Amino acid sequence: MKKILISLLFCLSPLVQADTVKGLEIMTEVEHRDLGWADMSANLKMRLKNKNGDEHERSLRMKTLEMQNDGDKSLSIFDSPRDVKGTAFLSFTHALEADEQWLYLPALKRVKRISSSNKSGPFLGSEFAFEDLSSFELKKYHYDYLGDEVINGILCFMIETQPQYEHSGYTRTLVWIDKQRYIPIKIDYYDRKNALLKTQTFDNYQQYLGQYWRVNQSLMTNHLTGKSTALIWENYQFRQGLTERQFDKNTLKRSR
Amino acid sequence: MIHKKIYQLSLCYLLIINPLQAWEISGSVGIESLAFINQPLDAQQHPHYLSGVIEGELHHEWDEGNQVFAFVPYFRVSQYDNKRTHFDIRELTWVKSSQDWELRLGFRKVFWGVTESKHLVDIVNQRDSVENSDGEDKLGQPMINFAWIQEWGTLDLLLLTGFREMTFAGEQGRLRTQPSVNSDLAQFEKKGFERQVAYAVRWSHSMGDWDVGFSHFYGTSRDPLFLVKTDDSGQVSLIPYYENINQSSLDIQATIGNWLWKGEAMLRDAQSDRTFASTLGFEYTFFNIANSGLDIGLLTEYSYDSRGVFAPSLLQDDFFVGLRFALNDVQDTQILAGIMIDRVSQAQFYNIEASRRFFESFTVDIQARFFNGAPPNDPSYFLRNDSHFRMEMTYHF
Repeated sequence: MKKILISLLFCLSPLVQADTVKGLEIMTEVEHRDLGWADMSANLKMRLKNKNGDEHERSLRMKTLEMQNDGDKSLSIFDSPRDVKGTAFLSFTHALEADEQWLYLPALKRVKRISSSNKSGPFLGSEFAFEDLSSFELKKYHYDYLGDEVINGILCFMIETQPQYEHSGYTRTLVWIDKQRYIPIKIDYYDRKNALLKTQTFDNYQQYLGQYWRVNQSLMTNHLTGKSTALIWENYQFRQGLTERQFDKNTLKRSR
Repeated sequence: MIHKKIYQLSLCYLLIINPLQAWEISGSVGIESLAFINQPLDAQQHPHYLSGVIEGELHHEWDEGNQVFAFVPYFRVSQYDNKRTHFDIRELTWVKSSQDWELRLGFRKVFWGVTESKHLVDIVNQRDSVENSDGEDKLGQPMINFAWIQEWGTLDLLLLTGFREMTFAGEQGRLRTQPSVNSDLAQFEKKGFERQVAYAVRWSHSMGDWDVGFSHFYGTSRDPLFLVKTDDSGQVSLIPYYENINQSSLDIQATIGNWLWKGEAMLRDAQSDRTFASTLGFEYTFFNIANSGLDIGLLTEYSYDSRGVFAPSLLQDDFFVGLRFALNDVQDTQILAGIMIDRVSQAQFYNIEASRRFFESFTVDIQARFFNGAPPNDPSYFLRNDSHFRMEMTYHF
């Protein structure tokens, strides 16, 4: 009986064996299909919910500039809560080197360069860590293709990623990529002890410029605390002719 | 008729087009309680002060965000202290920005520097020192600022049109010197235009891990010297004396992993003397401790000023050590606890600040400040009875 089981496992194993080459191929295609949008701006609402159902809302505006052969540049301006209104966050992301980040404090008119080592900490008290919101760069992870799975009626590639950058709060994530559109449908985040920590789902994608898929809503659920954060994206705009000048410290000081 | 049409059209334009980039009004209203532990040195002073504050902001952006107008009036009313009750225009400004330059006109606030315990190179605005003993609040400074923005950095040229005197607590106010400062009798080295107008230039740039600024300032010093004056009735008071200065300064920060290495230094030439001062230090942060979201930062800075006890700051040969807690919770709870120790006199200054949001639109700020062990020749000796608690509740709209 034991023998049969083992031989059965051997038969099955090619199906679930990690395929690094295919994993990288799929994610290269994900990146490739999302090249060339140049610049993007959008409004973002975060709805924070705790176990008791108490809700808090944050709203911000985000601008992003696509960079050739480097991570994106982004500028986020907070609109609410009212006491942090006008606070702005400028970030130059890089694949493996440390990101460059500045924070603008409107009450003091002060621009502070801050450490970007804080990858795993919460963004604005939400269930999203800084690393969950930073731009996707192929070199940030090691990939393994684990097989196909249907999620919410969508046939997906199942990919395991392992962060290659420092200070990540995760040992790995499981990402389900839509086989048709090459966009994420669901992500499971595993903490440093390799226990399932959070699940992120993506609902209601819309296509822009006939090519680029952007999500309207994304939900992050923390399995340990029972807290969740919903991200609601509105008013996506592309190719507005933004340049690096719109992502410098002078613009940061002018933001509001 | 045509005029009327144009008028109607432009009205339509204002009503229909403008709401898209609307005039925005925001601001805050606060109530403050300032409570002292010890009896005042002067019987005219009080153990507790209530105060109210309002700050508004009218903001307008147009031309795809390339032009900005902002008006920020400010008013504080304080019990007992008629000098602390004051109105100020924090900002009344228009900014025009282009690909490689920005022009900024009007009343503005400018911050230069990197260190936390002392803002040595930050010289453009006068301090609003009746606001808070931390000296972080500033008066609006009228200026013409042209910024030239290039690959090699930003070059700011500033013409500062109009000198603003430092504010001081009134006879009944706290914290203040003993005797009090009589700013009505303020004296100046220069007169007229020369007293009013200052010039500044600053180059600043970010290069990888490094953020660097080099500045020069010429004009009336924001920090006065104090002259002791006895009037006919034998009443002693301090008279601010504002010198003309040339000040060159450097500020630099290296951001490497969890470390922030910070340094500021300045050389100042005045009639009275030539000064060298610097503040050097670091901040190291442990992020997201045990996945709780808590960040703990350790800060250490050393400040030196060649003027010694005559320096306009309590930090002239002092160490500062501090701990910063950021809970990164929904209420954005933050605590900063620090101690400053004079290397020679051993005088200590303890400072604890905490802030937290509640009910979405309210914040509460609590500060506890204790002065201890200052000998009579230490500049903080006059604050020996002024240890206090300050609590402010603010509604943001």
